[in-house]
Amino acid sequence: MSLRIVVCVKYVPDATGDRHFADDLTLDRDDVDGLLSELDEYAVEQALQIAGEADDAEITVLTVGPEDAKDALRKALSMGADKAVHVEDDDLHGSDVMGTSLVLAKAIEKTGYDLVVCGMASTDGTMGVLPALLAERLGVPQVTLLSEVSVEGGKVSGRRDGDTASEQLEASLPALVSVTDQSGEARYPSFKGIMAAKKKPVESLDLEDLGLDGDAVGLEGAWTKVDSAAQRPARTAGTIVKDEGEGGKQLAEFLVSQKFI
Amino acid sequence: MAEVLVYVDHVDGAVRKPTLELLTLARRIGDPVAVALGSGAQDTAAVLAEHGAVKVLTADAPEFADYLVVPKVDALQAAYDAVSPAAVLVPSSAEGKEIAARLALRIGSGIITDATDLEAGDEGPVATQSAFAASFTTKSRVSKGTPVITVKPNSAPVESAAAAGTVEALTVSFGASATGTKVVSRTPRESTGRPELTEAAIVVSGGRGVNGAENFHIIEALADSLGAAVGASRAAVDAGWYPHSNQVGQTGKSVSPQLYIANGISGAIQHRAGMQTSKTIVAVNKDAEAPIFDLVDYGIVGDLFQVVPQLTEEVTSRKG
Repeated sequence: MSLRIVVCVKYVPDATGDRHFADDLTLDRDDVDGLLSELDEYAVEQALQIAGEADDAEITVLTVGPEDAKDALRKALSMGADKAVHVEDDDLHGSDVMGTSLVLAKAIEKTGYDLVVCGMASTDGTMGVLPALLAERLGVPQVTLLSEVSVEGGKVSGRRDGDTASEQLEASLPALVSVTDQSGEARYPSFKGIMAAKKKPVESLDLEDLGLDGDAVGLEGAWTKVDSAAQRPARTAGTIVKDEGEGGKQLAEFLVSQKFI
Repeated sequence: MAEVLVYVDHVDGAVRKPTLELLTLARRIGDPVAVALGSGAQDTAAVLAEHGAVKVLTADAPEFADYLVVPKVDALQAAYDAVSPAAVLVPSSAEGKEIAARLALRIGSGIITDATDLEAGDEGPVATQSAFAASFTTKSRVSKGTPVITVKPNSAPVESAAAAGTVEALTVSFGASATGTKVVSRTPRESTGRPELTEAAIVVSGGRGVNGAENFHIIEALADSLGAAVGASRAAVDAGWYPHSNQVGQTGKSVSPQLYIANGISGAIQHRAGMQTSKTIVAVNKDAEAPIFDLVDYGIVGDLFQVVPQLTEEVTSRKG
């Protein structure tokens, strides 16, 4: 039987660009380029490796986001995913993680799955809670923050490196995994992959397709509220000294003056 | 006063510092009721009482160690049902955030993660957070349900405040999903004897300029002279010079110590995202144009192989 893998990916603002907030205190997407979140590339890579080991597998990449988010799907398709699902709806603007996880869970259920693969966190919000929320919503085991993952005989197993211990985990499919940036370097799309991606199907869904009410998501439906966002004042220029042989001693003096020594 | 649930992060009864910091913040919004789970849970009570816990709810069962995350969510939910708190505070560890998120969803509440400060507000607790590689500071609150907030280490001082700390056993019934993900084996991380990276008051980091695993002892020696944790940039970790568990940055750990000393680190955006909220920043780098110098309070343009050992010697002799 075919192994159905759904990879959740996010289209994020380029961290090297000038990211800031719009008037409604959501991300201003107009002034900065977007791309597939780097941490989600690891998820796509692990999905491709798991599919490569399976007799028969199909990988669907899924994203929730504006029109431009298709770029993130194209990147994943050019890496080797088979098809894509794009959830787009004006009412989604300003969704918090609770709203986003609801939409993703509905889309995953509609697509059908044996295994859901996520990155460890997005590179913009960096909350790192979406995989756990999805597992809770889907009612499947969460096998998260894996630096190594494999699927065999209807089970997923992997290694989770925590602060105080490294754990070997195991769960039965269907399950949800998230992988860290230690899971293995993500491949670059080949020219052939990029050309093939143009022909792969991208299904578009809106909230109505998922049986969701607009009020449940977006800025209005969010369970959290940002009251203010202020740019941090630029750091006042520090003291910069060229080492003429006494640099270490001068630094020690500074640390003494700041009471660190 | 309203009760505030505080999830206790501990290792066999030894309470980790971020939990004590949480108790300081919890007291600003109510009476802290601590929830300690697993082996050694009861042993946490004394230190929690010294830091303001009016009550300590404890539970131990094999499920907490044998299965991932969900049994702890079941227990925290049992505590929530027993107390009806005004807020739930959890340390922002990877596991803490997962526990908090699942609890928030179950109780129909919004979640805020990685708060760096917390104060009482007219419409509930107001959390301060950093956004976009710490270039913005936001103030947020939970607008639905009982606020569930995770707080980053080093966000508040540890303050003693004697309280009753009455220990009560928490009754937990595990749901069907509790045993979904089995922990087949667990290998404790070998202790280096140094403070944990995210909790340390001082962090000394090395990057590409350290130029090899064999040179990291220079960084470690400085760290040890200051009682600091050792960090590494992504370049140093990707080159295999230092373990990933010590990586500071966007795809590593986010640190916010009193003092951050960056050695041979240029200061790429990914690195800055993980250390920019440090109170005092110092850098040593050969390249005067390195972007890290835009952030520093004090910078030395020079060869780290000269500067760092000299600094270590000065620190050691002054402390000696």
